[in-house]
Amino acid sequence: MDLPTLLQILDSTVRLSTPLLLACLAGLYSERAGIFDIGLEGKMLAAAFLSGAVAYATGSAWLGLMAGVGASLFLSLIHGVASITFRGNQLISGVAINFLAAGITVVIAQSWFGQGGRTPQLSGDARFEPITLPFADALREVPVIGPVYFELISGHTSLVYIAILFVPLTWALLYRTRFGLRLRAVGENPASVDTAGVSVIRLRYIAVVICGVLCGFAGTYLATALQAGFVKDMSAGRGFIALAALIFAKWRPWQALYACLLFGFLQAMSLRPDVLENTLGFKVNAQLLDALPYILTVVILAGFVGKAVPPRAGGAPYVKER
Amino acid sequence: MTNSAPAIELAGISKAFGTVQANKDISIRVMPGTIHGIIGENGAGKSTLMSILYGFYKADAGDIFIAGKKTLIPDSQSAIKAGIGMVFQHFKLVENFSVLENVVLGAEEGFSLGKSLAKARRELKALADEYGLTIEPDALIEDIGVGMQQRVEILKALYRRAEILILDEPTGVLTPAEADQLFRILDRLKAEGKTIILITHKLREIMDVTDTVSVMRRGEMTATVKTADTSPGELAELMVGRKVLLRVEKKSASVGNKILEIQDLHVKDEDGVHRLKGINLDIRAGEIVGIAGVAGNGQSELLEVLGGYKKATGNIRYKSQQIDLTGAVANAQSRRTLGIAHVPEDRQSEGLIMNFMAWENTAFGYHLDDAYQNGMLISNSAIRTDTQAKMGRFDVRPPDPRLDASSFSGGNQQKIVLAREIERNPDLLLIGQPTRGVDIGAIEFIHQQIVALRDEGKAILLVSVELEEILALSDRIAVMFDGQIIGERIAGETDENELGLMMAGINEDDA
Repeated sequence: MDLPTLLQILDSTVRLSTPLLLACLAGLYSERAGIFDIGLEGKMLAAAFLSGAVAYATGSAWLGLMAGVGASLFLSLIHGVASITFRGNQLISGVAINFLAAGITVVIAQSWFGQGGRTPQLSGDARFEPITLPFADALREVPVIGPVYFELISGHTSLVYIAILFVPLTWALLYRTRFGLRLRAVGENPASVDTAGVSVIRLRYIAVVICGVLCGFAGTYLATALQAGFVKDMSAGRGFIALAALIFAKWRPWQALYACLLFGFLQAMSLRPDVLENTLGFKVNAQLLDALPYILTVVILAGFVGKAVPPRAGGAPYVKER
Repeated sequence: MTNSAPAIELAGISKAFGTVQANKDISIRVMPGTIHGIIGENGAGKSTLMSILYGFYKADAGDIFIAGKKTLIPDSQSAIKAGIGMVFQHFKLVENFSVLENVVLGAEEGFSLGKSLAKARRELKALADEYGLTIEPDALIEDIGVGMQQRVEILKALYRRAEILILDEPTGVLTPAEADQLFRILDRLKAEGKTIILITHKLREIMDVTDTVSVMRRGEMTATVKTADTSPGELAELMVGRKVLLRVEKKSASVGNKILEIQDLHVKDEDGVHRLKGINLDIRAGEIVGIAGVAGNGQSELLEVLGGYKKATGNIRYKSQQIDLTGAVANAQSRRTLGIAHVPEDRQSEGLIMNFMAWENTAFGYHLDDAYQNGMLISNSAIRTDTQAKMGRFDVRPPDPRLDASSFSGGNQQKIVLAREIERNPDLLLIGQPTRGVDIGAIEFIHQQIVALRDEGKAILLVSVELEEILALSDRIAVMFDGQIIGERIAGETDENELGLMMAGINEDDA
């Protein structure tokens, strides 16, 4: 494999990892607070649709982003009300959100645009355009460093950089602030937070809101940056891969980045079977690559690579007891 | 006493859950710088009262005065502000956090954590010096023992400047030595002017450490007396509402043949940790062998192996007959057929299915009994009739086989399990924590049943973390520590001190 091909693949790895990373971090906030969220998929889808629709109508990707975040946040709050306020089953609520989003996006898209459940193609300012970082053009001719900087580091949309910035931000928030301590505690033992005089419900809602916002970013990225518009089922299981990455990362932010890059790389490779065949010398089925994140997660869950212990209070509604 | 106003005064507190009156017009005054005991059976309303004081529940009626000032406590935050600290029976600690993080949680200074942790580190050191509460601030909670965890809970309260410390059943998980240490700490806190409320159902603790004691029964405060002016017998009577036998009356044992012989028994758990490290123990007909030890030293595993639902290596002979330990035929069913009955340690998860009815629970393990069959089907009515009779003989209240197990009190649930196992007339009874969470009246009854079974010439293996219970019931006592039997004693020839040391891993015979 030569350098340009490698860079191409790594470049698409970054692009494909971004929605995974945003969704994965979204899940991280929610699950660290003890609210399991298998509705990441549905939230991404809803955000993708509404961001695509609004970006098309207004011609502004940023307004699209706000709409996408709004849609995701709305579903997130449904999940919050169901699982925090009414102490419902978090898995059922999550599944419901996935079904709701899968159905309603297509129905509304068909009713608004009449194009078979998709939004019209986005162009110009309705999409997030790649940003060229400073000196990228100037350094382009420098051997190795130039192409790496130009191809790999520069030339992504702002959402990609935002996603990556969220990794150190999340780390610092989680481990270096009062909020992070409480968030981690509420996912491990909410009674300890409650008896310390801190509201469990408030903390969990904050976590769910952050989750909604990040999922909104992830969905918006799909419709307005990775693709040009919304198509039916465009999240294509990314919400579940993000969950797999979260488990793979054992609910830690930096590891989440690495897991998402790995899974994004697998997705990038499945798009370039020719490269893989040339490198390995034999043909690898693209479906196998698609399935690899899940296979790896099962391996992790089986305890082969250290134990993945989820937040201990995860999935359980908090009921006050003496 | 320097201050004349009570540190805490509760006036006319009432609280109902649905139709159950958990607290009825309760008034109590606790003077500053004293240790005040609250004693009562399970479900007497002690914990509800303290939860009201800590802002967990809102009282339906009544007022709280802190240092003479009327105070509203709608939530835990207000309780903390009012200077109340609470050490719950089940610790409220985050297991994978450090001691320091647990202490700081909820009492942080500002958004950034670093400053709070540094300050807490300094304060912990100061508190350690002041009260002798030494602790490793960076240790993870899951790595330290329960005694230390309890210390963290106390430190949490002191760090929040608590003047009033409430401890709910603090010694349930401690060794006698650890309990003594706790009481020394409480004395020291008292000497520094803190007010302490000690909730317990153990009469001895009340007599040992408190200055005054209040007795609760069925949601009411039946008496408040100076500890020096009362006796355990009087307190027990106030708790139960009738005279109780505090000592178990039993004849000396007439021991028969060996029923159970355990040789070199080993168990490893899923993580590969050695839980039993070569147990050797014989049990004869007509004797009660008590296993003493702090929870988690292998007693549960021993019961599970004998009960047939854990694999092990080694040798077990029951009536001279080899028992399979590999799991091939080692199921609880085969043990029951052999005449081994088992009352598991945790009746709510192992002994009963809580949302099944009493008669269904009575059939478990014995559902293949011929008397319960009706052709190919199980005869529900036969089981119900049988259950009704057993409930009568074991004084289960209410004696209604159609009630869910969960609607019985702890003591009555335990009686249902006991009736199921004992009425099968087993030759060997395995019984774990027979009176955990059971009120005094029922304890008396359960103890009598166990002794009666022994007097019929049956062998009994009793596992309990309550040393008093072990001493009262057993003919022979084996102490477990770290997966081994560290020593055996004849019940009449030992005492709490010696056993307590052995429970902490010190066997004086070795020296």
